[in-house]
This record gives sequence, structure tokens and C-alpha cells, in this order.
Amino acid sequence: MEKVIVVENLTKAFGRFKAVDQISFEVEKGEIFGFLGANGAGKTTAMRMLCGLSIPTSGKALVAGYDIRTQPEMIKKNIGYMSQKFALYEDLTVAENIRFYAGIYQVPEKEIAPRTQKLLERLGLEHEKDSLVKSLPLGWKQKLAFSVAVFHHPGIVFLDEPTGGVDPVTRRQFWEMIYEATDSGITVFVTTHYMDEAEYCDRVSIMVDGKIAALDTPANLKKEFDANNMDEVFYRLARNASRKAD
Amino acid sequence: MRYFTAWRVMHPEKPIEMKQFISFVRKEFHHIFRDRTTMAILLILPVLMLLLFGYAINTEVKNSKIAVYDPSNDTYTRAIIEKMQASEYFSVVKMLKNEQEMSEQFKSGEVKMVIAFSENFHENLLHSGDAQIALIADATDPNSAKSVVNYATAIIAGYQMESQQLQQIPFQIDTQIKLLYNPQMKGAYNFVPGVMGMILMLICAMMTSISIAREKEMGTMEVLLVSPVKPAMLIIAKAIPYFFISLINLTTILLISVFILGVPVAGSLLWLLVLSLVYIFVNLSLGLVISSVVNNQQTALLISGMVLMLPVIMLSGMMFPVENMPVFFQWISQLIPAKWYIIGVKKIMIKGLGFSAIMPQLAVLSGMAVLLIAISIKKFKYRLE
Repeated sequence: MEKVIVVENLTKAFGRFKAVDQISFEVEKGEIFGFLGANGAGKTTAMRMLCGLSIPTSGKALVAGYDIRTQPEMIKKNIGYMSQKFALYEDLTVAENIRFYAGIYQVPEKEIAPRTQKLLERLGLEHEKDSLVKSLPLGWKQKLAFSVAVFHHPGIVFLDEPTGGVDPVTRRQFWEMIYEATDSGITVFVTTHYMDEAEYCDRVSIMVDGKIAALDTPANLKKEFDANNMDEVFYRLARNASRKAD
Repeated sequence: MRYFTAWRVMHPEKPIEMKQFISFVRKEFHHIFRDRTTMAILLILPVLMLLLFGYAINTEVKNSKIAVYDPSNDTYTRAIIEKMQASEYFSVVKMLKNEQEMSEQFKSGEVKMVIAFSENFHENLLHSGDAQIALIADATDPNSAKSVVNYATAIIAGYQMESQQLQQIPFQIDTQIKLLYNPQMKGAYNFVPGVMGMILMLICAMMTSISIAREKEMGTMEVLLVSPVKPAMLIIAKAIPYFFISLINLTTILLISVFILGVPVAGSLLWLLVLSLVYIFVNLSLGLVISSVVNNQQTALLISGMVLMLPVIMLSGMMFPVENMPVFFQWISQLIPAKWYIIGVKKIMIKGLGFSAIMPQLAVLSGMAVLLIAISIKKFKYRLE
């Protein structure tokens, strides 16, 4: 299998505090990789490094084949990103938002119209094309944000707690979209607080105190920790944490 | 053409980046056009401010109420009183009978000034060539008191000159007042440059900083930073719409001041534009610096409102002359871009001076622009870490 993310001994220190402490893992193409951890465990810092936003103190990582230290510009072109906070422009219409992200990710001009059409059809938003995003319900906004994040057909998409505040039905639909995306070969790197969502991932890593405490398929993790669900697995690992959640 | 092809070969990715840039600028315009209220405010604000300063906040003196104490009541004093009455500046509302009434008038606040003649005014003037007029003004508002006294002095002096020619009366005082550049003492000559300095700063600095702070607040900044957009492009794209709006405002202000307020552009329009462009750059970069230190719109608004607006109003020389301030504040005023701009605009618009006269102002403003842009780029990169 092709490896799209390779991380070796990646460390980020702020002064003497090591937010991320020598983590190593690999993510395969087309995989849904769940990146779990309590608040303050170092998830966000690690993810920021992988997106080329933050330079590591030591260690190395390749994302989509590019070095995060020397080629962050190439990485940015080849990944999609959807953040914790809802990240479309509320005062722009659906079409204008799509047009803007297509523009900054340099999607070829003649591709934009057909892709937009397809996206709107799939989300059932054809009639909302010219509505302002703020008029859409939250669930639709999240689905639209995800579709926009993969609009330029990135190799990897990073999702930072994408389903925060969304109802269970919509979360379910959201995950269907994620599966669809992986079918077309996109690798999904996702952080979440919902342990039922962790079950949907192909593999899950759990960070505790800046280190990766466990990494395996949900089924293997449950077996290893003798737990009924991911919630228990997470709890057993996280209760030993010395860092306080913030 | 040849250069162009060569350039394309050297930078094959440039045209694509241009598209990226255009879609960014288009998005910024969408933001502005969609927010009708803000846009209307941005476009109408200069008009309102000019008209407000032009008509409501009027430092010119017209029809000031005065009272007269005239114990001599001779031809000469009556003539002076008539002159006062005839001028558009004064209206004589009361003739006082004694000196006690004078202080009562001031206490009630009915009159701005009392003109008191000495006794036997005409005779004294004829025989000893020395007679007194006292101008007593209510100085609770020092600016208007000063102008009232100035006008009165000018009228009396004028009358003396006239009568000297007619009757060969020897005269004691030869007051000659000559007001350069602004002979009618029009307030507009002072506040038009001031309003220009204020409006351009408000729109460029405040709006740019707010618009970047909004991206941070909404979480869209994060997405932009992860995208291939270069920070410099982001910054420039943010500034462009406000650059255009300030050009529109500049045009509105100049049209209103020339055609409605009657303040001409005495000097070169070209240099006025150059000066304004440099000033606009200073303020855009000021906005960028502010936005790099704040994380939400409210703070951006507060900082640009309090930290920028107040000094501009107080210390730029727009309202109060810088020369009269304590040395400490005079030093601070040197740091205020608006101060330099307002001086430059006055030189061109009112005094009709050319490039050589505004060179120091241009130099200082350019220096400020370079410094601020450098700071904002450095700060912005730092935030990326």
C-alpha cells in the first residue's frame, strides 16, 4: 500500500514544554485515520505541523510525498482542510463560496462549473445555489464545508472536529460523505470527540500527554483493552494523563 | 510584447496566481457589497462629516449679539455702532445705561461682547487725539471670543481710516489686519483638509483591520492559512477594496469642498492625489498592523477608534493648533500620520504651493508607509508559526 503520511519522531516544543513528543505513525492511501486525544494532548499542534502551518522542533514528516519542513507550499496545494469552527463565509452565497475556494486552490476554470453542479446535486442544494450560507441549517453547512474542502480533489483531507454540534442523523450523513470521498481515493485524517465516530475509522490513534498511547483498528483496540466500546478504551488511556485538559 | 513572452516563460505560474488573486479580491468585494449598511455608511460618512463641520460646527462668527455702552453718544460713536450693526458679524441687541448692566449682560449670557466707549469720545479724539474703546468679550468659548474681538477691531480700524480721509481727523491707531490665504476666515479652509485626513484614516485603517479580524473571529483565517494563498496576497487582496472606496471618498470630499463649500484646490491636483495616495498606503498598512495584533472585530474597532481617531482629532492640528500644545504632546503629534497629511493638504489646496513645499510631508509619510508595511508583514509571518 502507498503511504501518504509518514511521521517519524515528530516533536514540537514550546520552551521546555513538549506539546508533541516524538510521535511516529503512517497513514495509507484511502484510509480513514482517526486522531483522538483529550483536549491539550497535542492533537491540534500535531495537525498544524502536518498541514504546514507550524515548523517541527525535531523529527520529520512527509505528507503527500512532501517534506513538511521544506515544502509546506506543495503540501498546502495537495491537502484539503476543514476546521473545527464552521469555515465558509456566511455572508456569501453557496455558489460564491465554492467559486472562491475553487479560485484559491486554482481549480481549472472549465472544471469549476461541472464540479459545482455535481456537488450541488449530491447535497440536494440546487435551489440554494444563490442563497446566503447563513440561511442554511448547520448540518447542511457542515456538509457543504466538507464538499468545498475536497472540491479541488486533494490527496488528503484534514478534518478538525468536523461534526461538532451537529445532530446524530446529520453526523451519520456526514460520515457517509466521508466514505464516498475515500472511495474516490482521498485519504481522510480526522480528529473527533465523539467515540462512536471513532468506530467508523479504519484505524485510530489515541494521543496522551503529547505521545501516541495506542494505534490500531478499533476492533483490535477494544480487544487489547478488553473494552466493549471505544469510549472505554479512550477512558482507560486518558485517565492516566498527567496534563490537565484545558 | 517580447518582454511579455519572456516574462511568462520565466514565471510560468504567474498567470494562475493572478487568477487566485482575482478570486480573492472578488470575494472581498462581495463582503462589502453584501453589507449594504456598512457600505452606505462608508460612502455617506464623508458627505455627512463635511456638511456637519461645514454648517453645524461653525467656528465662523455671524450675527453675534453685542451690547453697547455709550456714555458720550456723539456722532463718532454712533457711526461706529452703525458700522457694527451693518456688518453681517454683529447685531446690537441692547444699549446699556450704566456699567452695572454690563456684568448682568454677561451673566445672563445674552451677549457675546460689549463695546464700551469712553466719555466725551469725539472731543477727546479731536483734542488730544486719544480716545478709548473697550471691547469686552465673553471668553467662555475662547475661539469665538477671539474672532469676535478681531472682527470688531477690524471694523473700528476701517472706520478710522474712512473718517481720516473724509475729515482729516488725526488718528492714534493704525490697525491693519491682513488675513493671508483665507481672507474671509472661512472655517471650511481648515476643516476640509482635516476631514480628508480623518475619513481616509477611518476607512483604510479601521475597515482593513476589522475585515482581517473578522476572518480570525469566524475561523476562516485558519482555512486560508492552510490553503496555498500566500500571506502577502491575502494582505493585498484585503486592502484593495478599501483602497478603491477611499478613492471614491477622496473624490466626493473634493467635489463637495469645491462646489458646495467653496474651498478651491489652489495648487496642483496631481500632487494632492500623490500625497493622498501615500497617506492611504500609510493607513492601509496601519490597519494591517492593528489586525496582526488583535483577534476579534471588537478589539480592532476599539483600537482603531480610540487609539487612532482620538489623537487625530486632538493632536493633528485639525481642531487645535499644535504650536499651543505642551512640548510632550507636540512630540506625540509628530508620530501621527494625519498631522503630516493635513499640513500637506493645506499647503496644496489652500496655499497653492507645489511639490517642493510638500516634500517633507511626502517624505515622512512614505517613511511611515514603508515602516508599517514591513512591520505588518513581519508580524503576519510570526502569527503563522
